[in-house]
Amino acid sequence: MNVKGFAHKYGDNVDTDVIIPARYLNTADPGELAAHCMEDIDRDFRAKCAPGDLIVGGMNFGCGSSREHAPMAIKASGVSCVIAGSFARIFYRNSINIGLPILECPEASGKIAGGDEIAVDFDTGVIRNLTKNEQYQAEPFPDFIKEIIRKGGLLKSIGR
Amino acid sequence: MAMTMTQKILAAHAGLPEVRAGQLIRAKLDLVLGNDITSPVAINEFDKAGFSSVFDREKIAMVMDHFAPNKDIKAAEQCKQCRAFARRFDVKNYFDVGEMGIEHALLPEKGLVAPGDCVIGADSHTCTYGALGAFSTGVGSTDMAAGMATGEAWFKVPAAIRFVLTGKLGPYVSGKDVILHIIGKIGVDGALYKSMEFTGPGLASLTMDDRLCIANMAVEAGAKNGVFEVDEVTMAYIRSRVNREIAVYQADPDAVYEQTVEIDLSSIEPTVAFPHLPENARTFDQIGEIPIDQVVIGSCTNGRISDLAAAAEILKGRHIAEGVRAIIIPATQAIYKEAMKRGYLETFLDAGCVVSTPTCGPCLGGYMGILAAGERCIATTNRNFVGRMGHVDSEVYLASPAVAAASAVMGKIADPRVLTGIEEESK
Repeated sequence: MNVKGFAHKYGDNVDTDVIIPARYLNTADPGELAAHCMEDIDRDFRAKCAPGDLIVGGMNFGCGSSREHAPMAIKASGVSCVIAGSFARIFYRNSINIGLPILECPEASGKIAGGDEIAVDFDTGVIRNLTKNEQYQAEPFPDFIKEIIRKGGLLKSIGR
Repeated sequence: MAMTMTQKILAAHAGLPEVRAGQLIRAKLDLVLGNDITSPVAINEFDKAGFSSVFDREKIAMVMDHFAPNKDIKAAEQCKQCRAFARRFDVKNYFDVGEMGIEHALLPEKGLVAPGDCVIGADSHTCTYGALGAFSTGVGSTDMAAGMATGEAWFKVPAAIRFVLTGKLGPYVSGKDVILHIIGKIGVDGALYKSMEFTGPGLASLTMDDRLCIANMAVEAGAKNGVFEVDEVTMAYIRSRVNREIAVYQADPDAVYEQTVEIDLSSIEPTVAFPHLPENARTFDQIGEIPIDQVVIGSCTNGRISDLAAAAEILKGRHIAEGVRAIIIPATQAIYKEAMKRGYLETFLDAGCVVSTPTCGPCLGGYMGILAAGERCIATTNRNFVGRMGHVDSEVYLASPAVAAASAVMGKIADPRVLTGIEEESK
């Protein structure tokens, strides 16, 4: 699978309270959540995020609450992939479980600037920066996680 | 191969003689938890996947605590959805208004978590039960749905950092100061993906409430779980609460830790975490004049009876400063009742505080004490992220109940040792 889009760049420790503030957690509707995605850290995110765009964060992306509403809001915003130097563990498993592609790559996190055009190949983990003409290699997923993704999320992977 | 305490619990629940850090396992669960925010998403996923039964009606807990008593119509709909699910599957441990409390105070109090258990909860502070010697970790709603259906979850076995505690806490210093000190030292991702294991001769002096508070905030250091060695304090706590067989696991003496951190409890000072990360820990020599608008004493971190006792001791015979709003939230009905019996509620009311029914409310900016732009709150809660308690331009300072109560009286962030005259102000 390949995706391509423009990067929205953020710093370290982007927490789930800024990804989707708790005042909007009285709904589980992905569209409503997307309407407020990132608004406490980047008020223009909603307006400027085009389908296929990427979020690029620093270290410990998605720290804080276990709210699955955070990756849900990002996914429903049309974001095709989140790249970060590292992820908080609950955000990491939530993203895998709901089928939001995420990649851990400190080099890409450091070198990609906001507005850069990025192409990602999930099979190889290769991230290409088309604006800067650079290439970065992300950590490949363990086979176990590849299997969850291949089957379309955790609940489909445990079978029924 | 030698294993840490966490690894032993995981191996036992995976049915394996041993596990090593990095290994992916599927473990059997003793309890699956959700609240009124995370359960609706889990229920939607559970239904969408077509499950028609839960793995064990006695091993699921649902607690209506975040936006309950219902803060608005949408919150009411979410609780209604949880209530219907609980009825449909006869979920035994469903706690609604009147019985509910803040989940991580309620479950240990009810004896629903025990040493050696393997617990997941769709709430990041599920790591609290590590205080009892359980492996317990926060997950998302989809994991909760899968857990309710199958009674299992996948884990990557964590490596661990060992915290060896020595000494004894000084007056007006509590578990909250210990964990804020630790997070200040290792950072908000200092234990990312790892276990924090607490051991050492200093352990014996820490009460269960101190331990629950410390384990509660392990996630604020990025940890997968925080776990305390089981001792007399643990056994005394569970004796009257847990009516089933328990398994106590101990780390092997030669278990491998990525790091060992020694903490002399007697050297820990009252500590405050400044906005906007729990790692911004400061002691009073680095604090200065910080006027406050609001004080919140409560939450899954610090809403237990010893927390209310610490606040009452300071507020007794005193009044909060003019212009300060102080909100006190006992974490469960039992704690509320005990606080009433001990006269704390009267002390709080006389001091000019309000006392709320149990709720997570203000901690996550839900309701019951939301901040306006430019307002500042000192809270015994667990997170001080941007906008956490309200407006994006408000501020939250994290502290112990003693520091929060002293601050309420002084109208600024204040050292309880100074207020009570134990120590001369150093400057």
